[in-house]
Amino acid sequence: MANMNIYELKEKKPYLDYLRLDKLPHIWCPGCGHGIVMKALIEAFYNLKLDKNKLSVVSGIGCSSRLPGYIDANTLHTTHGRALAFATGVKLANPELTVVTVTGDGDCAAIGGNHWIHAARRNIDITVILMNNNIYGMTGGQASPTTPEGAIATTAPYGSIEPNFDTCELAKAAGASFVARTTVYHYKQLIDLIEKGIKHKGLSFIEVISPCPIHYGRKNKLGLKGLYDYLKTNFIPIKAWDKLPEEKKAGKFPIGLLYHDDSREEYCEKYEKLIEKLSQN
Amino acid sequence: MGKVYLEFGNHACAKAAIRAGCRFYAGYPITPSSEIAEKMAELLPKVGGKFIQMEDEIGSMAAAIGASLAGLKSMTATSGPGFSLKQENLGYAYMTETPVVVVNVQRQGPSTGLPTQPAQGDVMQSRWGTHGDYQAIVFSPSSVQEVYEETIRAFNWAERLRQPVILLIDETIGHMRERLAEPENVEIWNRKKPSLPPEKHLAYKPEEDDVPAIPNFGEGYRFHVTGLHHGYDGFPTTDPKLVQEFMERIQRKVLRHKDELLKYEEYMLDDADILIVAYGSVARSAKYAIKEARKKGIKVGLFRPITLWPSPEEKIYELAKNMKCVLVPEMNMGQYVLEVERAVKGASEVHRINKACGELIYPDEILRFLDKFSPLTV
Ligand SMILES: Cc1ncc(C[n+]2csc(CCOP(=O)(O)OP(=O)(O)O)c2C)c(N)n1
Ligand code: SF4
Repeated sequence: MANMNIYELKEKKPYLDYLRLDKLPHIWCPGCGHGIVMKALIEAFYNLKLDKNKLSVVSGIGCSSRLPGYIDANTLHTTHGRALAFATGVKLANPELTVVTVTGDGDCAAIGGNHWIHAARRNIDITVILMNNNIYGMTGGQASPTTPEGAIATTAPYGSIEPNFDTCELAKAAGASFVARTTVYHYKQLIDLIEKGIKHKGLSFIEVISPCPIHYGRKNKLGLKGLYDYLKTNFIPIKAWDKLPEEKKAGKFPIGLLYHDDSREEYCEKYEKLIEKLSQN
Repeated sequence: MGKVYLEFGNHACAKAAIRAGCRFYAGYPITPSSEIAEKMAELLPKVGGKFIQMEDEIGSMAAAIGASLAGLKSMTATSGPGFSLKQENLGYAYMTETPVVVVNVQRQGPSTGLPTQPAQGDVMQSRWGTHGDYQAIVFSPSSVQEVYEETIRAFNWAERLRQPVILLIDETIGHMRERLAEPENVEIWNRKKPSLPPEKHLAYKPEEDDVPAIPNFGEGYRFHVTGLHHGYDGFPTTDPKLVQEFMERIQRKVLRHKDELLKYEEYMLDDADILIVAYGSVARSAKYAIKEARKKGIKVGLFRPITLWPSPEEKIYELAKNMKCVLVPEMNMGQYVLEVERAVKGASEVHRINKACGELIYPDEILRFLDKFSPLTV
């Protein structure tokens, strides 16, 4: 297996068909969670038997946002923070396309925050995968809106004094009709949630904790094992979470499908109905 | 001739966009451009197109580009502060060679400035607003009729050369009601389609005319679009040779069509020894002033560029070299005059009238300058 070339591997792992194998190796550092997210994503695409010609993967700027370049689809690597605004144009112009955006915590929750909450409010049929590493990876470890208070970043050398966002709460409050959280440690769940998110009609928001050992891990002296152990111990399946006494919830997060509402109408469908109505007059 | 009626400038823009085949509009309200969005919101769904009011101008520019990549002719309109917000993604459209029409109904600035009053302060921004090197294509109509015609021309060139085309409309023109004669027939250009099958096609490989046949998303050509420098396959590259080649090509694809792109009006220039260069609403005052000046024996004429960028520099030089002087009145503190001075290359004296207080430049103000050349007053 070790010597097996990736093209041969494709026979055993048919989901690799969703990758542009000639664009590998990818840019991510050893130990980075982003590659795990990509693998889960293509497995989900494969399980859903998505037509690659009708699939568009859109991103902003950051390490996470380099992901679309490796996917064999209609891929769009845009400007920092704007993935969802570009994706809104793509989806509304051609609602036949399955549109997935991949984004980082800086990309989505800082510079792109406005596009994010408004895409959620419109409930447009886009699946948003936020690859949260609690830091700006690409630019060298600056603090992001999800950097926990007290954590060290290059722009918070004495520990961040800012409170951080709970992105799932925010997405839900903004109107996303499907909200989930998981981590790259919970790999099977990750695939499952991406599949469910894509199938859901409306805006699906999935936060995936995806560690950055190079910046977040190093600055905070967590080590690779520490980073992944943290995912194992601090992220609690929603059923167990609901039974957890309040005093045990501090520093921990629920994972799984946190919220969904299938009754809300999707944006592009509403628009098509409007066109239909006007054409009858 | 088609329908003839009284029309509002901004509405003429929206109607012409639909006529040109525009089927997607994304925008954010801002005076004095909002009526374009309002008209598009009304008209687009009636023709099966899509309108969306985005959360800001950054998002509007982004959505318009996304829709264009998905195959629809698309447009956004804005003013002053909104035009500033669009700049980063405007650069993305130059880089990714995405057709899109961007309308800027100019208002007085900088900053919030005078939101409801006219200015021509964005002439240089329309040329150099986003970072890096590119060739802007900018049209400046002078009447409601021309708003209609130039909007169609903007779509045609955006599609043909695969890049943004900017329509700079003065507030005065956007908010003016005037006679509009809709042309019976208009020529419509569409973006070219790839001639090779997906497995052989390279999305960013330029063709003979320096323009690549970039497919639309969803049509079976799976390819990558990025604002990073990219090779013929669309994937990131830092190869200096490829980057330099790209940079030269995106200038060349515009400049090689310059003769076709340039549009201007020459008014009473045959015997003129004084040249006025004016565009947009100021050209209207200039014409009035010229008529009055000629009554006093002053031989003055007007060169009115409709295509501001690429600039008609050779034409300006040819005209200016035989003139006593050149006058550039503008509703700004001196912008296009810099281009005129560059074009004239010292062959004639270049004078300016600059007004940026929210008032129009009145014919009298131009006349006052011209008066000193009157043979009757010597
Ligand atoms: C307008 C703009 N501002 C700043 C940057 C610089 N920049 C590039 S990536 C990045 C942060 C990326 O962080 P995140 O979104 O969390 O993704 P990660 O790299 O951690 O995956 C920044 C600030 C940029 N490219 N564009
Ligand atoms: S810097 Fe961090 S986020 Fe970026 S690739 Fe490396 S580990 Fe991953």
